[in-house]
Order: sequence, then structure tokens, then C-alpha cells
Amino acid sequence: MKKLNRSTVAAYAILIAWCLVVLFPIYTMLINSVKPQREIFRNPFLPHWPITFDGFQTVWNDGRFDLYFRNSIFVTLVSLTLIILLGSLAAYALAMWRSRWSMLIYIFFIAGLMIPIRLGTINIFQIIQSMGLTDSVFSLIPVYVAMGLPISVFVLTTFIRGLPADLIDAAHVDGAGELRIYRSVIMPLIRPAVATVVIFNLIPVWNDLWFPLIFIRAENQRTVILGVSLLFGQYQTNWTRILAALSMAAIPILILYLLMSKQFIKGLTAGAVKG
Amino acid sequence: MTQSTVASSAKGSLHGYELRRKLIWLLFLLPALLIYVRFMALPLFNSLRLSFYQGTGLTPEHFVGLDNYVQLFTNPLWRDRFLNALGNTAVFFVIHMLVQNTLGLLFAVLLATGIKGHGLMRTIIFLPATLSVLIIGFLWRLILNPQWGALNQFLKVVGLERFALPWLGDPTWALIIISLVSVWQWVGLPTMFFLAGLLTIPDELTEAARVDGASSWQVFWGIKFPLLLPVIGMVAVLTFVGNVNAFDIVYAMAGARGEPAYSTDLLGTFFYRTAIAGEHPVAIPNMGIGAAVATVMFLILLVGVSIWLLTTQRRSAEM
Repeated sequence: MKKLNRSTVAAYAILIAWCLVVLFPIYTMLINSVKPQREIFRNPFLPHWPITFDGFQTVWNDGRFDLYFRNSIFVTLVSLTLIILLGSLAAYALAMWRSRWSMLIYIFFIAGLMIPIRLGTINIFQIIQSMGLTDSVFSLIPVYVAMGLPISVFVLTTFIRGLPADLIDAAHVDGAGELRIYRSVIMPLIRPAVATVVIFNLIPVWNDLWFPLIFIRAENQRTVILGVSLLFGQYQTNWTRILAALSMAAIPILILYLLMSKQFIKGLTAGAVKG
Repeated sequence: MTQSTVASSAKGSLHGYELRRKLIWLLFLLPALLIYVRFMALPLFNSLRLSFYQGTGLTPEHFVGLDNYVQLFTNPLWRDRFLNALGNTAVFFVIHMLVQNTLGLLFAVLLATGIKGHGLMRTIIFLPATLSVLIIGFLWRLILNPQWGALNQFLKVVGLERFALPWLGDPTWALIIISLVSVWQWVGLPTMFFLAGLLTIPDELTEAARVDGASSWQVFWGIKFPLLLPVIGMVAVLTFVGNVNAFDIVYAMAGARGEPAYSTDLLGTFFYRTAIAGEHPVAIPNMGIGAAVATVMFLILLVGVSIWLLTTQRRSAEM
């Protein structure tokens, strides 16, 4: 083991101090969400016994969080499935087809990495209106798919290009068609890259506020984040409820992250090494 | 590779075979292209086009040429808010570049030494980046509450009561505080990028310098930092793109109007009000002006990304 010299001590001091700065707000949110209001104001830093789930119960019933969660899960699942399905089909074609045209199409997709889709909101909103999708969770899906395709195409094309060519050649010699090769050779091989794409898109799609805020009003179509944004104003003076609402929206992602933090960090920083 | 195998196995109908494969690849590309073009590429283009029109609601009714831009840049009603938002966005970006990316580099260097517990600390540093900006913003708004917030209570406990100020209510501090909250949330991202970059630097390089008697400080600035430049460039451009259209954090902590007194208004919130929610005092969205704001944001991004592309191209050409 390394000797505990002065610079190691300094490193620990800085990193631990920052970790506390990170954990303190989240800790305060969680412990105060299970306290009565007066205890929050009396001492916000220590847990209080017995804990109470009144805040969570009221928020769950008042806010129809059962619906919000269902909507968010539905939108996220369908969007991610389509991002993977359409992205991998396109990536396979772009990896196999080497020509000036495929290069142009590839660059066209990659350009989407640098341009935020929000800047096209006015026209997207017009399209959603003309499709009669305002006030419906279905309005979010095509937008999220379009938003997720650039990273999906980028990661998957790079990955497929790196696969050994013999595998695909052998399948061709056996007389397999493109669709067969895509389904039974490519799809099983690209699983690690698919995981990266899923994590990369899961967080922005689940956490998105912008498009639900603009497209959706109706209570039964709200996502979790939109629901929280509206409840915050309603519960202005009841901190137990506000904190319960925030915790309820944060806990699923927190658990998911703590279970698979390695994959999350790898997924969200994908492309860093490639440049 | 593929071509040669195919050529030897099916010489006769090579042409027809290649054509059919290309056709199938086009079919594979079609669904992704359709959605991407319909819901991203065309809307971006159309939003730029709409900046030359005026109309009621979101319907473009008549072509007005550059009038929306003239309004945006000269009519005091729009111009002052626009320049204010532009300046605030610049401050927001500079704080991220200076504080977030410097801290990120520092944390990465410390984590890269491989000290005990670096995995856990990495997980903690990155944690806020997985949570919704809205939740983070609301949470910090409660913590910064002048009366009941945990921060001022904490300052009282440790005897620093004179620093217990209504941070978010003060026009000179609000933007800085909101930027720092955003830094708090996102610092894990540059940390992970820099860490990945540092771990690719071969040990032999730094060992050789150490043998020659270089200090850690010299090794960092002389060897590691120059090798990290491509990652630094990428972090800078990602920070730039993320900040030019930032919206959620200000919406959560200061509302869509960037309270107090527009002191935290960013281009993102300004765009939201002009194009969608309606700007004070008329409170009716103005599609044309909104599209003009989006176009200006697009051009700002284009300039920033182009500078980055040009410098990275030159650097890779030099190598």
C-alpha cells in the first residue's frame, strides 16, 4: 500500500468534502420527506422518529402519481425500443454500405448530436397539432425517437464496423439474407453497445420537462416530471408533501443508478474515448 | 473483405446482387431517416424559415422578410430582454467553463491516482447528473429558502449568520447561485470524461519524467495536460451546446421569467416565453419573433461548434 503522504491526505480531503456537498441535499430531501412539517423547520438535519409516510400518501392520491408513472414508463419504453430498433437497422446498413451516399447520410445523422432538437420546437408543435396529438403522451414518442437516433446511429455504426468481417461473410456464404443476418448475427453481437444506447437515452427521456410542458395539459397524460412541476406550486406551503413528491420522482432513478452505476457512467460518457 | 468473398461466390450475377443489397440497405435506413427528418431535421429548418413570417398563434400568415430580426435587435421591448438574456447566458456559460470544468479536471486527477474508495467517490460525484434538473432545481430552491431553508439554518448553527441571505431573491446573486447549482449537478460529466482521458495516458510516459526528477505538478502540466487537450476541447463544446439552450434549471429555480426582475433570464427561457408561453406585457406567443430567437441561438451554436471543429481538424492534421 502507498504511504499516506501529504498529497494523498489533500486528495481525500477535497474528494470527501465534495461528496458531502453532493450527498447533503439528497440526504436532507429524503429524511425530511418522512417528517411532519414542524420537525422539518425545527431541525432539518437529523432524522425524526417515528417516520411518517403521510406526505407520500397524500401526494400519491392527490397527484395521481400512479398515472404519471404509468405514462412515463410507457413513453420511455416505447421510445427506447424504437430508438434501438430503427437505430440498429440504420446502423447495420451504414456499416455495410460503403459509398459516398452512405457517408453523407451518416454525417447527416451525426450532426444531430450537436444541435438541440428544442430549437425546432415551434414547427414540431405545429406538426403535433396537425396530427391531433396535443395533450397525449403519444406526442412525445416521435420527438424522443428523433432526438435519440443520432447517438444510437453513432454508437451502433461504430460498433458494427468494429465487428470481425468474417462473421458476416460466413453468413452470406451460407445464403442468409440481410434481414436474417441483422436478426441472428448482428443483434446478439451488439448487445453491449445497445446497453450504452439505452442508458444514454433513458435519463434524458425520463427526465425531460420541455416537451411535456409544451404539449401536455390533461392530468391523465402527464409524465412524472411534469406532474412534479405542477404539484410544486400547489404544495407551496407544505414541505412534507413537496419533499415527498420530489423524493418519489427521484427514488426510482436513484435506485437504478446505484444498482448499475458503472454502466451508467460508461453509457453517459460514451464517445469520450472516440472523440 | 465482404466484397471479395461475394465476388468469388457469385461472379455471374454480381451486378444484380449488389443492386439488391443496396436496395435492402436503403429499406433498413428508411424508417430511421423518416422519423429523424420529419421530427428533427425539417422542424429545425422550418423553424428558421418561420422567422421570416408573422401570424396569429402558430400559423404563418404573411412573409415579413427580416422584420422579426429588426424588431428583435432594435425595438426596445424585445431588444433589452434579448440582450439581457444573451448576457446572462454568457455568464452562465463562463461559470460552467471556469468552475465546473476546473473542478471536473481536479476531481479526475485526484481519482486517477487510484486512491482507496475512488470507485465509490466517482459514483457519488456523478449521482446528481442522473436526476431530473427540475427536481434538483426545486430541491435547491427549498434549501436556499431564506426563512426555512437548510443552508441558512446551517449557517446559523455554525455561527455564520451574517451570510444567511435571501440568495435567490437578490438580482446580483441569483444568476450566480443558479449557475453554481447547475455546476453542482453536472460536474460529474467532465470528471468522467477527464478521468477516461487520463487513464488512456500510458504510465511509461509519466514514469520516465519522474525518473528524470520531475515533480507531480510538472508531470501534470508538461505531459498530461497537453495530452488531455482533445478531451478538454470536447468538454468545452459539450458545455457550450448544453448551456446555449439551458432552460430547466432557471424554470425550476426562478420561473419562466427569470426572477428576480429578469436577472436570471437565459436565451432558453426567453425563447420559451416568446415562442410558447407569451412575453410580458402582451402574454401572447409571437411565433415569428420566437423563430428568430431560435435562429439566433442556432447561429451561436453553429459558430461555437465550427470553431471547435476547425481547431480539432488542425490539431489532428498537425499530428
